Amino acid sequence: MNPEQILQYILSGVTMGSVYAVTAIGFNIVYNTTGIINFAQGEFLMLGGMTAVTLAAFLPLPLAIACAVALTAGIGGLIDLVIIRRLKNPSVLMMIIVTIGLSILIRETALHVWDAKVRSLPFFTGSEVSSINILGAYISPQVLWVLGACAVIVTGLTVFFRSTTTGRSMRACSSDRMAASLCGIDVKSMVTLSFILSAAIGALAGCVISPITQTQYDSGTSLAIKGFTVAILGGLGNSMGAVAGGIIIGLLEAFSISILPLAYMDAMAIGIMILILFFRPSGLFARKGEAALKEH
Amino acid sequence: MKPRGYIPVAVLAAVLAAFQLLVSFTGQEFFLTQLTMSAYYVLAVMGLCLLMGYAGQISLGHAAFFAIGGYTAAVLGTFNAAPYQDGAVVRLLLKTGLASASDAATVHVSPWAALGLAVLLALAVSVVIGVPILRLRGHYLAMATLGFGLIVHRIVLGTHIFGEADGISDLPAFPLFAGLSVSGRPELRVSNYYIAWTIVVLGMALLLNLVNSRPGRALRAIHDNEEAARAMGVDTARYKLNVFVLSAVFTAVAGVFLTHFNAGIGPAEADVMKSVRYVAIVAVGGMANLWGALAMGLSLNYISLRGYLGSYDDAFFGAVLILIMIFAPEGLLNAERPRAILGQVKALAARMRKKGGEGGAP
Repeated sequence: MNPEQILQYILSGVTMGSVYAVTAIGFNIVYNTTGIINFAQGEFLMLGGMTAVTLAAFLPLPLAIACAVALTAGIGGLIDLVIIRRLKNPSVLMMIIVTIGLSILIRETALHVWDAKVRSLPFFTGSEVSSINILGAYISPQVLWVLGACAVIVTGLTVFFRSTTTGRSMRACSSDRMAASLCGIDVKSMVTLSFILSAAIGALAGCVISPITQTQYDSGTSLAIKGFTVAILGGLGNSMGAVAGGIIIGLLEAFSISILPLAYMDAMAIGIMILILFFRPSGLFARKGEAALKEH
Repeated sequence: MKPRGYIPVAVLAAVLAAFQLLVSFTGQEFFLTQLTMSAYYVLAVMGLCLLMGYAGQISLGHAAFFAIGGYTAAVLGTFNAAPYQDGAVVRLLLKTGLASASDAATVHVSPWAALGLAVLLALAVSVVIGVPILRLRGHYLAMATLGFGLIVHRIVLGTHIFGEADGISDLPAFPLFAGLSVSGRPELRVSNYYIAWTIVVLGMALLLNLVNSRPGRALRAIHDNEEAARAMGVDTARYKLNVFVLSAVFTAVAGVFLTHFNAGIGPAEADVMKSVRYVAIVAVGGMANLWGALAMGLSLNYISLRGYLGSYDDAFFGAVLILIMIFAPEGLLNAERPRAILGQVKALAARMRKKGGEGGAP
């Protein structure tokens, strides 16, 4: 393997890694305010991508993406209002069953609204063939969009959770729901907001990666699995951990292509997830005590 | 279990026999094919019901065990061992009658040997992954079992001997005893209906016996409160593992028989949607209710196999999961539900009577 090849693998690994990281952050937002792993998170990416492709037929691309993000965010909010809120004393098992049901329902609805065909957005700048030369390795300009979007989302969320009242209220809900509601925080609205936010971020990620990975009615599932792997690796609820975990998984996958058959690539990421669950369920970067508190 | 406990099992057997007679009498014997397939799915679901309902552990990877059973039967059943005739294993199988040579060029391993190996494999795999997986709880357990299911699905899809996306077909029938064989041939419909449901009835008797015994009580204690159960001296880790292994074996056996009935298996049987479907049926049946799992497994699989849901098949099961969790989290067929309603009606009637009595003398 020559240096250019290695660089090429690193670049593609970092790209996919940042896609996974953004998916993982969507998981984390909902997990942090509710303690729920939303198994339908991957479907938000798919919905965002599909809606944007449809809207792009008659709207300029930026507007189509904005509308797709808004629409998916609305669906996210509706899911909480119509379904999650109606559950009486939900147990973890119930939440798992409900969100899995949701992911199936969204996927199957997408199959009937659209069809099983593969779609993709046009490249934001340049085209499929245009590439940028970085130290001898070639990358598509879209990769820069993915990396940029990832950076903006992570920074934006960090600022939001640290410096705004709403963000702080959401964090309060995550550490102690009862105490938060005693302080006058409307916990129910915060949960709705977290669903809206995670759906919006998922949809945005879905749009940005669509030109590279393409979108299909069932493309959400494998992204969700990768996203969850990354979230576990980085420690559930930890955004910076998610970025680091995403890059680790992305790199491992990129390099595994050169030794493993393509069909097994997904299996490898899942295998890593299972190993992490066995040996260090709190994630690579979490402090022990913090993780023990969250594990229900 | 007291002999009285077997009365429902006997009633079930009688109902099933009456059902077959009714279906055959009206000349609609083709319905028996789907009823037979449903029976094997019911067997798989009953194992999961024990794990989810009684031990409180979710598994989103049970289709993997079904696939382990089915693919073991299919690979061994279609495998021609003639080139290895001089090998020690094949010689041993031939000597013990677990393999037979129809002529010099074809040596087939007996389906009984395949069934035994499938059970052993399911046992081994469930122990190996069960030991670490069952230490996890809630979301972590769900994700780990889902991951296990996905890996098995990927392996099945990407490996040549499992037929990749095409699966394995042309599997010969499974001759059980003289005159009885598991096969999808139309003239064997009635006997196969009885074979399948006999296996289910036996499995039901076994599981009922288990849940009504001392280990069954230990399981329910684990379900209600694991810490408390441990404090009472229940070896929770061992019980959880045993139930996991038992449910995996049930599912694998179901896989073996259904694969012989269908004369083949495809990667769709290992798909995660199948695992989700088993979970849905257990949830609708009322989690800790083997009878509910049986009734729902029979009806939902039958509806789905007859194609009444068309392309909305998966969507139907997704919707079922959500609606059940919102409106009837205890399941549709919960034994407590009619009893609770009856109690409320009685209380209401008593109050009315009382009020009526007071009304006479205000």
